[in-house]
Amino acid sequence: MGLATFRGGVHTYEGKNLSEYCAIKELEFDGDYIFPMSQGIGAPSKPIVAVGDYVLAGQKIAEPGGFISAVVTSSVSGTVKAIEPRLTTMGSYVQSIVITSDGLFKEVEGIGTERSLDDLTKNDIRNIIKEAGIIGMGGAGFPTHVKLAPKNDDDIDYVIANGSECEPMLTNDHRLMVEEPERVVGGMKVVLSLFPNAKGIIAIENNKQTAIDKIRHLIEGEKNISVVVMRTKYPEGGERQLIYAVTGRKINSKMLPADAGCVVDNVATLAAIYDAVIKSTPIMKKNITITGDAIADPSNVRIRLGVPYGRIVEAIGGYHTTPAKIICGGPMMGMALFDTNVPVVKNSSALCAFVHDEVAESVGTHCVRCGRCVDACPIFLIPPIMSKEVEKGNLDKFVELNGMECIECGTCSYICPAKRPLTQLFKQAKKEVQAINRAKQAAEKAKADAEKAAADKKD
Amino acid sequence: MEEIKKILPNVSSSPHFRSTLTTRREMLDVCIAMLPIVIWGAFHFGPYTLVITICTVATAVAAEYIYEKLMHLPITIGDCSAIVTGMILSMNMPPAIPVWVPMVGAVFAIVVVKQLYGGLGQNFINPAIAARCFLHIAYSGLMNDFSYGSFDNMTSATPLAMIRAGEEVNLWDLFIGNVPGTIGEVSKLCLLIGIVYMIWRNIITPRIPIVYIGTVAIFMFIVGGFDPYYMLIQLMSGAIIFAACFMANDYVTSPVTHQGQILYAIFCGIMTGIIRTWSPTAEGASYSILLGNLLVPILDRISIPKAFGMGGKKK
Ligand code: SF4
Ligand code: SF4
Repeated sequence: MGLATFRGGVHTYEGKNLSEYCAIKELEFDGDYIFPMSQGIGAPSKPIVAVGDYVLAGQKIAEPGGFISAVVTSSVSGTVKAIEPRLTTMGSYVQSIVITSDGLFKEVEGIGTERSLDDLTKNDIRNIIKEAGIIGMGGAGFPTHVKLAPKNDDDIDYVIANGSECEPMLTNDHRLMVEEPERVVGGMKVVLSLFPNAKGIIAIENNKQTAIDKIRHLIEGEKNISVVVMRTKYPEGGERQLIYAVTGRKINSKMLPADAGCVVDNVATLAAIYDAVIKSTPIMKKNITITGDAIADPSNVRIRLGVPYGRIVEAIGGYHTTPAKIICGGPMMGMALFDTNVPVVKNSSALCAFVHDEVAESVGTHCVRCGRCVDACPIFLIPPIMSKEVEKGNLDKFVELNGMECIECGTCSYICPAKRPLTQLFKQAKKEVQAINRAKQAAEKAKADAEKAAADKKD
Repeated sequence: MEEIKKILPNVSSSPHFRSTLTTRREMLDVCIAMLPIVIWGAFHFGPYTLVITICTVATAVAAEYIYEKLMHLPITIGDCSAIVTGMILSMNMPPAIPVWVPMVGAVFAIVVVKQLYGGLGQNFINPAIAARCFLHIAYSGLMNDFSYGSFDNMTSATPLAMIRAGEEVNLWDLFIGNVPGTIGEVSKLCLLIGIVYMIWRNIITPRIPIVYIGTVAIFMFIVGGFDPYYMLIQLMSGAIIFAACFMANDYVTSPVTHQGQILYAIFCGIMTGIIRTWSPTAEGASYSILLGNLLVPILDRISIPKAFGMGGKKK
């Protein structure tokens, strides 16, 4: 069987060997835990505890602040120390609940109680997932309960587990599939129970053979779940690329996976769904990879949410050389950090620290029109022409060239021999266009409101 | 921890990795790909061709350096693109040309065609081809004198001229380069080695060369009255293969979209055929590529592909 894949993309430096064989270590910390009210896409959550309250691990401390928003639970037992803006991985200050752990990790009653799928209705399952505060753990952090509630359950043909982990350096999803495949498959079964016509597909890149073997072994005899092996290529795990590689269906930026009959969840998200539904455990812990050539002992660790990155690094042996760059997430799409005193949140996946900063060390020159970025762009965009228009300030042209379809994957910047900051330009341009569109909408709404008010007056 | 906080790590927007590929690496690979024809030229026409190549390359690099120095621009000779331009230009010279001719050409290529438009990547026509055409017009006598070494004037007629005169040409000689012509264009074998190297090193995609050669082949096949021999002779004489390998697919002056590249190669192929067949100049390849260069902005504009998943139906 051929490997599933998509057109474009690049084979980047992988660097996974640093931590690939490091079994997940469980670490516990005392001290302060920070829970930002904004983790991933959606409206900020609303705190339901007050300073001085005593909370238990697994207790709900904030509820959704809108339709697309998530519950936040405490991962430790202790006292609420403050509710104030704290620095997060996104580089900005976000309203956060700070809890000082009492070091006991006392849990809410009932956590860990085994449940059977047969006793739960679809509504129960969706509610449990919502109350457990699960969001997409791989990337943007879209609330999972919203994803799992498409217009019509019967229209979903595929539930795809994203086990591609196509970002270089990262190995935590790999370790999860190797060490606890039953959580992934268990989560898949829960999600499949929501969609009567759906088939489950666990999609894994072919550089993770042990994970493929483990999962294959576990699903032997399952008629409805299969493993699809994908070519190792970046960005194989991008939602649109993944759906295409696995099903041959295409979606664009204005469509949801459900429009193509698909539900896509990261393997870590499925594991969290399993914990929540079958083990009655809301999301409190997370596997992350701490790696890079500046890290003394690259590791995969399981930690409680809310702990600052800096403390994890310290606990596993710190840096052996002062890093020139620290990245939260993977090197292709992650955020550079200037301070590691920021908490691990639900959609955190890794911390990479590098001795050299390749970006600062390379100088951008004129585009030589080599067309490499054109060949590599998974969305079939034309970065050299787009970047010229952006530099000239022609945002209309940028939109005309389908610039808004850019998934900001970084492939073009990676491949460019002239070292042009292509992705960076496109991100900026997209933000500006979105801002303009928002302003336009607001103006239109204001106008419509005014007209309506005027009409009402006449009546 | 305190240590780390004091020494602020760099912050920039993703991606944080860059491939090891650089413009310089690409240009050097193009130079390496040209070595077989350089060597064949020296072997076939005599070591004087090496003098031509070295002087042309040196002039091109010096012209770039001096111009940038005088204009207070960043010095870009490190990207090695001037070396490529110099080499291509020298390969376009008849083997016994006085060395000052390509040197004048190199200055023209670098200063007028490349730098005045803003340097590498900003020029819209290929500097080496423009210089070749310029020299053809300015010094047409010298540029059309293909006599060399021990050959007498009779045999210094290029294959193209011989075909026009109705003489027989040996295909094998044409292929390995045992014929008169410009230094770089004679050996098709060495050109093929060069292009295979570039494809293997991922420097170019074969799209433009294949479509270009294919178009010329079809054109000649039809014009020649469906005679495969005529077609092969046409393909292997003159600068067609050289143009396909080192001139038509110049990054800067060819389209970046896949469709645009194909249209461009077809256009250049047809123009080459037309000029070859119906005009008095033998040099169809260079002129047709120059014309193609001018069309590139339009070709790029009309061939923007549909983005992934666009135009698809909602299910
Ligand atoms: S960042 Fe955007 S333009 Fe660049 S390769 Fe990715 S999708 Fe294409
Ligand atoms: S990869 Fe860089 S140099 Fe090549 S076409 Fe794209 S932007 Fe230009």
